Amino acid sequence: MTTPHPLETRVVSRRFDQPDAHTLAGYLASDGFRALEKALAMAPDKVIEEVKASGLRGRGGAGFPTGLKWSFVPKQSPREKYVLCNADESEPGTCKDRLILEYDPFAIIEGMLICGHAIGAHRGYIYIRGEYRYLLDRMEQALAEARAAGYVGKNIRGSGFDFELHAHTGAGAYECGEESALMESLEGKRGIPRLKPPFPAVSGFMGGPTVINNVETLASIPPILLNGGAWFAAFGPPKNGGTRLFCLSGHVERQGVWELPLGFPLRKLIEDLGGGMRNGAKLKAVVPGGSSTPLLPGNVAWDLNLDFDSVAKVGSFLGSGGVVVVDENTCMVRFALRIMQFYRHESCGWCVPCREGTQWLQTSLTRFHNGGGRAADVDLMKEVSENILGRTFCALGDAAAMPTLSILQHWRQEFLDHLAGKPCPFGARTTAGAVGAH
Amino acid sequence: MADPALVHLTVNGQPLQVPAGTLLIEACKQHGIEVPSFCYYPNLSLQAACRMCLVEIEKMPKLQTACTVVVSEGMVVNSDSETVHRARKSAIEFILTNHPLDCPVCDAGGECELQDMTFKYGAEQGRFVEPKRHREEQQWSPVVYFDRPRCILCYRCVRACGEGMDVWALGVANRGINATIIPSHQDHLECEECGNCIDICPVGALTSGAYRYQTRPWEMQHVGAICTFCGDGCKTTLGVRNGEILRGDNRDKSGINGDFLCIKGRYGLDFTRHPERLKQPLARRDGELQPVSWGYALETAAKRWREIQKAQGAIGVIGSTRILNEEAYTLQKFARQVLGTPHLDHHRTADFPALFDALAGRGAESLARLDDLKTAPAVLLVGGDPTPQHPLTAWNLRWGYRQHKTRLYVLNSGDIKLRRQAYRYAQVASLAAAVRYLNGEGEAQSAPLTGVAEPSEKRWPQTPAAEVARLDEGLQDFRARLRQEQDVIIVFSGDIAGDSVRDLVAFGNSLSGQTRYLALADNANARGAADMGLYPDLLPGYVPVAAGQAGLNLEQMLAALPRQGLASLYVVGANPFRSHPVAAGDLKQTFLVVQDLFLTETARQADLVFPALCAYEKAGTVTNTGGQVQPQRRGGGCEGAKSDLEILHRLAAAMGEAAWGAADPDRTLQEIRAQVKGYDLPLAKLLAGEAPLALPLNGRVPRAAADLPLRPHHDTLFTAGTLGRYSATLNSVMEGRADKR
Repeated sequence: MTTPHPLETRVVSRRFDQPDAHTLAGYLASDGFRALEKALAMAPDKVIEEVKASGLRGRGGAGFPTGLKWSFVPKQSPREKYVLCNADESEPGTCKDRLILEYDPFAIIEGMLICGHAIGAHRGYIYIRGEYRYLLDRMEQALAEARAAGYVGKNIRGSGFDFELHAHTGAGAYECGEESALMESLEGKRGIPRLKPPFPAVSGFMGGPTVINNVETLASIPPILLNGGAWFAAFGPPKNGGTRLFCLSGHVERQGVWELPLGFPLRKLIEDLGGGMRNGAKLKAVVPGGSSTPLLPGNVAWDLNLDFDSVAKVGSFLGSGGVVVVDENTCMVRFALRIMQFYRHESCGWCVPCREGTQWLQTSLTRFHNGGGRAADVDLMKEVSENILGRTFCALGDAAAMPTLSILQHWRQEFLDHLAGKPCPFGARTTAGAVGAH
Repeated sequence: MADPALVHLTVNGQPLQVPAGTLLIEACKQHGIEVPSFCYYPNLSLQAACRMCLVEIEKMPKLQTACTVVVSEGMVVNSDSETVHRARKSAIEFILTNHPLDCPVCDAGGECELQDMTFKYGAEQGRFVEPKRHREEQQWSPVVYFDRPRCILCYRCVRACGEGMDVWALGVANRGINATIIPSHQDHLECEECGNCIDICPVGALTSGAYRYQTRPWEMQHVGAICTFCGDGCKTTLGVRNGEILRGDNRDKSGINGDFLCIKGRYGLDFTRHPERLKQPLARRDGELQPVSWGYALETAAKRWREIQKAQGAIGVIGSTRILNEEAYTLQKFARQVLGTPHLDHHRTADFPALFDALAGRGAESLARLDDLKTAPAVLLVGGDPTPQHPLTAWNLRWGYRQHKTRLYVLNSGDIKLRRQAYRYAQVASLAAAVRYLNGEGEAQSAPLTGVAEPSEKRWPQTPAAEVARLDEGLQDFRARLRQEQDVIIVFSGDIAGDSVRDLVAFGNSLSGQTRYLALADNANARGAADMGLYPDLLPGYVPVAAGQAGLNLEQMLAALPRQGLASLYVVGANPFRSHPVAAGDLKQTFLVVQDLFLTETARQADLVFPALCAYEKAGTVTNTGGQVQPQRRGGGCEGAKSDLEILHRLAAAMGEAAWGAADPDRTLQEIRAQVKGYDLPLAKLLAGEAPLALPLNGRVPRAAADLPLRPHHDTLFTAGTLGRYSATLNSVMEGRADKR
């Protein structure tokens, strides 16, 4: 349970302060399943139109327009269609989906049911990150209640609409958050990405047309249906509809998750919600949307508004909403190393540049940070990162290369300060270890 | 106007035209533009893992993998730009980061795709200065070794094993930099040991226990031979050093089998080096077989046979299903003209005379090549188990199932592995009755079923008792569906013969569309032996002998031995006493001459033994079970032994046939082309290895007075009649299995 902050606009998180929202009774007491009721009375096309009108863009990281994604699913299909919820939240710096899973699991269920109605699917799966074992129990409990009360299963609440829904756990692989790898994993195979095309809307889980959405995206659907797409869109700037959950971590006085309208100034997030920089230190860098996004220097970040287009304009991505604040006492070489340790550990190994490149960079950065750096390494690491970028099978390679390249670009001097024989200038003061739980 | 089925694109400024649906990498290859790749392999699933084939395509922001992009009209591609070259160089650099540069001791050195590509596309110097990751080499089976650091994870082996062989013994474990290929059983493989994974490996990660560390590829001569085991006629390229055959593979994808070989074709050929190979003629003296000179042996045989001829004693001749066409033809000529005997036969494993009788009056359109199985819309397989007995046939059937959705109807008395690819599967107690039923005679009940499988039931299901009742219906459905097919290839083994074959052809001919036939016979030249007239009642080309002139068949000859009914028996490359044991006393009055590679059960009882060369050691032609004729080339040698052709010619000379002259396979081939109807094949095509089809359809073939039951070997994956027993590799695989039980 979290109490709302005065600057927050709670849409997805509107039940986060309601102690019993994770029970069916509590959910029903606060408008629960009213959106479903409304949606089932609408033609499927109208539901999709409403979602399109909301301007909702995927909250998992890529920011693809949700309504458009739903509209790609063919109306007629010889194979069964599916709705999948991507609850494999693994992006370092991101911890928002877990709150929805914990405080408002029925909102996810309701969002999936509405999606099922919209695309003509009758089966769904919620794929929950392996480390979120306790949330799997929470979701199983919610599903059992929903099933017992006739909100999941055959002929839902007498509407004639059937929808079966199951929760499934991952086994601790970041790659399984990639939508096609998630489907492989859910099918019981090794979690590696699939060739695209075909895209999931045409051939996804079990070869059937599939919509796969992030937890927050699906939880945004019921309020959109209840209040109308235009209502939701009005929260943010044009094409960046609505609110979203921002996860603030790093060197601020108060870390946390807050729901803010898109376009919210980053400076206000740090100062007003985060309570300012920790110990009054100077801001050095900001990771704007999870560890996969290029880092922004403090001066660029300071004037940034947090919406998809503004962040793209300064060369990064809004990503998953994981904002990591880095202060002046942080060694950026160590920061790059810590990020690369994560990606080397999480590369699935399928394609050559990602498998070999992340290991190369990780070993080089380790040596470099330990005082074994050669002058040639700086440009070599840049070139190795460039050779990964855009040449891998899936986006994991890009995710490893982009932050590294941004660090090499903006903090090149710190690398030169580390060259052979020199100890890390930040010494014991370095606090980069705060990034990522892996 | 432009053909809508063709797509026009531009690659490096060059306009190309290819069929719609072609992959970009194949389109480039067809037009001589090399797009390098490791993980892409034709006819296996797409991986896009090695990132070697990245090219620039206009209107696409990122480089694209040519192995996954399907060509589209107006596509503009650049595979030769600075960006593309940089991408290739970097892909090679990444692959080499953890690849050991132990090329000087690696088996693949000199024929390694990574080596070639590094020379062509790679950097002159490595920039990776971190320590490489090392792992110890592992032995996974008697033939498969895995050197993990060398592996570049192209997943070709995984796909060749799974998709190609339907064995699925290789997989991928771990993730990231720790990802590795793993065998089916923790630390070892239990598979069909075909070795396709080894030959498809672009580097030296998978190496062969039968070949490793013996030589370098450039020290060998590479000779295109035809495998001497089953009747499918796979081409195997022999690696020969100093007259010794060190390996067989078909990496160059020449021949009717592409790069496929089974364990026998790839590793069974080490029988050529077996220490018990006969290298000197042997004659029985004082009850013991003792080495003698060739001159003595030939003179002895000629002298005894002349005496027997004078005394009007009967001479029997049993030929081989492994000797070459020229030798089989010469053997029947020797028997009929020099020995003057009609008692001639061979070990029969398929009823070719019945098939060609049933097909009398028809032409090439009624015969199927093995290749046709890859694209056939429907195949009916009656009897046999191609997976172990005809591995290429099975490979092609799986290919058709995978690439062309071939509907495979299996009619068998057992449960065979191809059931996994079957569209309909009927397991019947009596194949003859089932075939009769198919042909519309009798009731389904006369061919009781034990199971009919749907295609979805992939894993050899047991028939639940409750379903037995509908099995009868199953055979009706089986027949009804077959009758709706428009283009069927009927494949049958030696499990049916005589009237059953005629029933089957009658059924096939009753179908409305095109029907083609393929009979499966064991051993490399079983079809050649039949075509060349190693029959007591049929001359070459299935031409009947004059009425009343038919001799004794194989079983009649063997039955005559205890009654002292044969004064001499001449056995060439066969081992009849293995299946028909003969007591020493039964041979007291019979002069037994055996010509073979080893002291077989038959040779041990002989009075005279001629050491023969094996198929890999001589030149000539062989005919595979489907009738395709291919050249056999001399790969190795065996000091002291002679080819069967040469032995026959020398025997003829010793018998006083001066006109025969010296053995010359080319001259004999000319004689066959002139004399044997259906063998007037275009010489250029034949010698180029295009495997032209022999067409010995020469009218009705009368039924023999006495039917000789067929005796198929029913070989397993690791056995091949008598010959396979002398392969150290085949034996080691079987012993390895026994140890694990």
